[in-house]
This record gives sequence, C-alpha cells and structure tokens, in this order.
Amino acid sequence: MATPTRDGPPPEVTDEQLAASYDDPRFTELKRRLFRFIVPATLAFFAWYLLYVLLSAYARDFMGTVVFGNVNVALLLGLGQFVSTFGIAWGYSRYASRNFDPQATELHDAIHYGEDR
Amino acid sequence: MDFLAQAEGTGRTLTMVLFLLTVAVTIGISIWGHRYTRTATDFHSGGRSFSAWQNGFAIASDYMSAASFLGIAGTIALFGYDGFLYSIGFLVAWLVALLLVAEMLRNTGRFTMADVLSFRMRQRPVRTAAAVSTLSVSIFYLLAQMVGAGALIALLLGIKEGQTFLGMDADTAKIVGIVFVGLIMTLYVALGGMKGNTWVQIFQACVLVGGAAILTIMVLGQYGFNVSSLLDDAAAASGQGAAFLEPGLRYGVEVPGDAVQTMWNKLDLLSLGLALVLGTAGLPHVLIRFYTVPDARIARKSINWGIGLIGAFYLMTLVLGFGAAAIVGYEAITAQDAAGNTAGPQLAEVVGGDVGGSTLGAVMLAIIASAAFAAILSTVSGLVIASSSSLAHDLYNSVIKRGKATERQEVGVAKLASIGIGAVAIVLAIFAQNLNVAFLVGLAFAVAASANLPTLLLSLFWKRFNTSGALWGIYGGLIISITLVVFSPVFSGAENSLLGAGVDIAWFPMSNPGLVSIPLGLVCAVVGTLTSDESRTDRFQTLQVRALTGAGSERAVSH
Repeated sequence: MATPTRDGPPPEVTDEQLAASYDDPRFTELKRRLFRFIVPATLAFFAWYLLYVLLSAYARDFMGTVVFGNVNVALLLGLGQFVSTFGIAWGYSRYASRNFDPQATELHDAIHYGEDR
Repeated sequence: MDFLAQAEGTGRTLTMVLFLLTVAVTIGISIWGHRYTRTATDFHSGGRSFSAWQNGFAIASDYMSAASFLGIAGTIALFGYDGFLYSIGFLVAWLVALLLVAEMLRNTGRFTMADVLSFRMRQRPVRTAAAVSTLSVSIFYLLAQMVGAGALIALLLGIKEGQTFLGMDADTAKIVGIVFVGLIMTLYVALGGMKGNTWVQIFQACVLVGGAAILTIMVLGQYGFNVSSLLDDAAAASGQGAAFLEPGLRYGVEVPGDAVQTMWNKLDLLSLGLALVLGTAGLPHVLIRFYTVPDARIARKSINWGIGLIGAFYLMTLVLGFGAAAIVGYEAITAQDAAGNTAGPQLAEVVGGDVGGSTLGAVMLAIIASAAFAAILSTVSGLVIASSSSLAHDLYNSVIKRGKATERQEVGVAKLASIGIGAVAIVLAIFAQNLNVAFLVGLAFAVAASANLPTLLLSLFWKRFNTSGALWGIYGGLIISITLVVFSPVFSGAENSLLGAGVDIAWFPMSNPGLVSIPLGLVCAVVGTLTSDESRTDRFQTLQVRALTGAGSERAVSH
C-alpha cells in the first residue's frame, strides 16, 4: 500500500473492534494464506524428522551403508535434516513476505485507521 | 596423559585472564543497560526494539548451553554419530517455533508465556499454572547448568583430586564456580534487565561461535579440509570402526540376548527425539525472546538468524567431536572427564599445540574455555529473566495484586525475584553438586513439550479451548513428566542414577518420558476442556485477529 507514512503509534483499538474483523472475508483469506503454508510444512518436516529418528533406531544396517569415502547414509540423512530446516525456514520467510505480510498489513491498517485510512 | 595439566602455568593464568576479561566486558554492558531500564517493558522485553540479527544472536546464545557445546562435542567424541542425533533434534525444533508459535505469540502477549495462555481464560488460575510450569522448567534447567558449571570450572582450571590452585582444591573450586556463576547471572539480570542481558548475550554468542569457528578451521586444516579422512581417523582411533559413524552406541543401544531391554532402549530414543523437537517451542526463556522485537515480521527474521547460527554451530560441534575422537583419543578424554565434557577444550589445546607450539595451545584452550563459560552464562541468565519476569508479572502483579501494581512495583519485584532465584539456584546447586543431575535438562524439555507446548498451541488454534483445559493441560503435563522421571532409571536403581543403585523405585523403563507424557499432556488438555462449558468465542476471535494481523499488539518503546 502506497500510503503516506503515519508518524507515531497508531490509534488504539478495542478488543471488540478486533473481534469484529474475524468475520471479515479478508481475515478468512489471511488465515487461509497462512495455514496453506504452515500446515503442510509442519506435517512435512515432522514426518521427515520422525522418519529419520525411526531409521536411526530400527534401520541401522541401512543407515550404515557407505555412500562414498567414509560418508554413510546416516550422516547424509542427518545433514539432510539441516538442509531441510534451512530450506523450510527460508521458504517460509519468502512465502510470508510475498503472500501474507502485505495482506496482514492491509487488514492491520484497516482495523487501526478505519476503512478509508 | 593429562593434557590440561601440561599447560598448568601459562594455560591456567591465560584461561583465568580471558574469562575475567569476558566477565568484565559483560558486567560493563549490564551497567550500561541499567541506565536504560525504567519501565516494565524495558525490564521484561528490552523495550521491544531489538533488530532481527540482534535478537537472532541472543536467541542462539540463550539456546546454546554448555550441554549444546561441550556436551554434544563430548558425546560425539566418545560415542560418535549419536551426539549428532541430539543436535539435529535441537535444530529441527526451531521450525515448530518459527511456523506455529513465534509470530502469533509476539502479537498476542506482552511479557510472558502466561500472557498468551491466559488471553481468553480466567486470569488468575491460568497465570498461576503457567508460572508454576515456567518456574519448574527454568529451575530444572538452571540447576543442571549450574552443577555442570561448577564441575567444568574445576576441570577447565585443571584442578584434579589432591591438587590445589590459588589455594583451592577441586571441591572448593566447584563451590566457588557455582557461586561465581550464580552471582554473575543475577547481576546481569538485576542490573541490566532484558535490555542489558540481550547485549550481553549478543556478545557471548560472538565469543562462543567465534571460538568454535577458529578451532573448527584448525581441525579441518589438519586434514586438508577432507572430512572423509577426518571420519576415517575418528573411527579408527575410537576402536569402534565403522560403528562409530553409525547410530546406536549411545542411544537405542541393542543389548545382545535381551530383546525387552533393546525394545525399551529404542523406544527411549524415540522418546528423546520427540522431547527435543517439541520442547524448544515450550521453553519460557526462548518464548520471551520473541517479545524483544518490534513486530512479528522481525520475530520471524530473528528466528532465521537464530536457525542459521545454531545450525552452523552444530555443524562445527560435529567436526570438533570427531576431531577430538581422532586427535585427542578416547583414553585421554575419559581420563579427564568420564562424560567427555572436556573433549572440546582438550582438542583446542592439542590442535593449538600442533599448529603453533605450547603457547598457541594455551591460547586456544583459554579461548575455548571462555566460549564454554559464555555458553553457560548466557543460558542461565536467560533462565533467570524468564522466571523473575513470570514471578513479577504473572504471580505478583496479575494474581496477587489483580493487575493493580504500578510498573515501578512490578520492576522492583522482578529485580528482587532475580536475586531470590539466583540465591535459591546457588544453594540448590551446592547441595546437588556431587549428584548426577544431567537428566534435569531432559526433564525441562519434557515438561516444556508435555505441559507448555500443547496448551500454547490449543490456545492459539482451538476455539473450544478454555480455562479448565489449560489447567488440566499444564498441571497434567507437568505432573506426568515429573512422576515418570522420578520412577525412571535416571532417578534410582542404576549405578549412574541420582540416588544410585542402592535405592530402586524405578518401574518406568525409559529415561525420557516424552513418548508417554507428551500425548498424555495433550489428552489432559482436551479432556479438561470438554469437562467445562466455558467457551468464549469473542475472546478467541480477538486473539486470532490480533495474532495474525498484529492489530492491537504491543508496540516498541523508543528512548
């Protein structure tokens, strides 16, 4: 939003004003945008982590398979957890700054400054 | 061979000088922070004006304790791959905080975890429960760190049984270490509040990560930056061969001929894995860091900084652990400390010595010892802030004064509380100094994962959730976790348990309660909710709008 900068803190809002925005279609859309990322991402990293722990406990022969040099599957999967953690963190920030933050700011301003800014 | 004793003269003096220098700088920062700590927002949340990288460094510093640094490096040095498994749980856990908790918590609460838990509930019972849980987690964690700190200071100064240093024998040095750490952490908090302590933690993160990075490069340099040949040496020197590079030497151990014990060991590993990944986002001292930034977006960015630093650090501990196994060797490490906690410092001395003679060895030892002190101090001071904020804001102001206390009173109580908690921690740690209290870290994570995280998530996402559910969830998760640990092999019935093998009340077969306590904690919260008709839809709507848009949330303070 190309609004002029507003100096100082925004006007106070009451809890009732906040609750009233819950049924605003823009809020429903905002929630959908957030959940569309965090739900699958959470399920994915959790399943992938659980798989890793389960393999460490119950598939030791597989984990011990040497891939190259002295590097085995266990080490690669462990490093894979690092890579996926970095990747999801980066991907979430990118997603949120493009598909969530502008809409959240718009609704924030609408609540604080009124519909017509 | 006694590596630490070799460097006695110069090594000890240098270690002491560098350590005291670090302490002097950080106390200076606290005194500076004192001038800027006036309001409750200053004390609890550092004025909410830290930037993403600043909070990210402080997050890393808060989180990376002696257990993360010396503990993981030591476990890798002695047991190989399994130490790495620990650090993976610690790192992946940050995704829970990032995706599900941090931003909504920042927008909803003010100072403490209880702000969010009690947002749409009856204030006094829920705040009391949240404060009980915050204090339990923080005290367990604090006690484990401080007992460890006492032992470490004696070890790092190289004082062994029968020796003295500055007139102290090993036992006196332990007590002096505990009292010293306790006094410094209390000073950080009582003087600087969150503002001073955050800058202290930023400084300590630099010392810790910087020290580890220098040593990592030196170790890799010895192997021509060829990781495979480092692994080769580590596996060969360990005497375990390829098994050293695979899971199974420390966690989920297979006991030949005992299928039942093997089954429990493997379930114990799953239990540990669950508590590690779900505990972090329920640790009060981690949660309150998200209040120190101006808004949810910066909270998100600061976690990314934190994840980057913590991830990089754990990759370095991997090199240091395998490096210690290869270069220092099993015998030399266990001769110094049976748990391997001095593997990192020993490695620093040997590698430094190989590169630049005994002087560089002494310098490297001093650097790594200072990094370890920084890791301890930054974590314990974070715990003191979390518990004193909860005492002052939740118990004193909200429960006792029913929200009527002035900011001056609340800050005054918070400062007094930090002194009280420091004193209690010192006394408890001195009493516990010769007990094996390492399990308390696991217990802190289990309580955080079983009591705090479920109630936090249900508060944020489940419309039907209510006061009764929050109380059942917190007390249920807390009591179940503690009970299971009391009746587990870490508490009694084994050679290395708290009470020793002489007392045996253990009927719960796993050291980590998470596999049972986390699902049960969640069930408690759900059942508790359903037993009560209370349901405040309007408050849930307010909470969600506030959590997602940041409308009505607490603003940064400008000085």
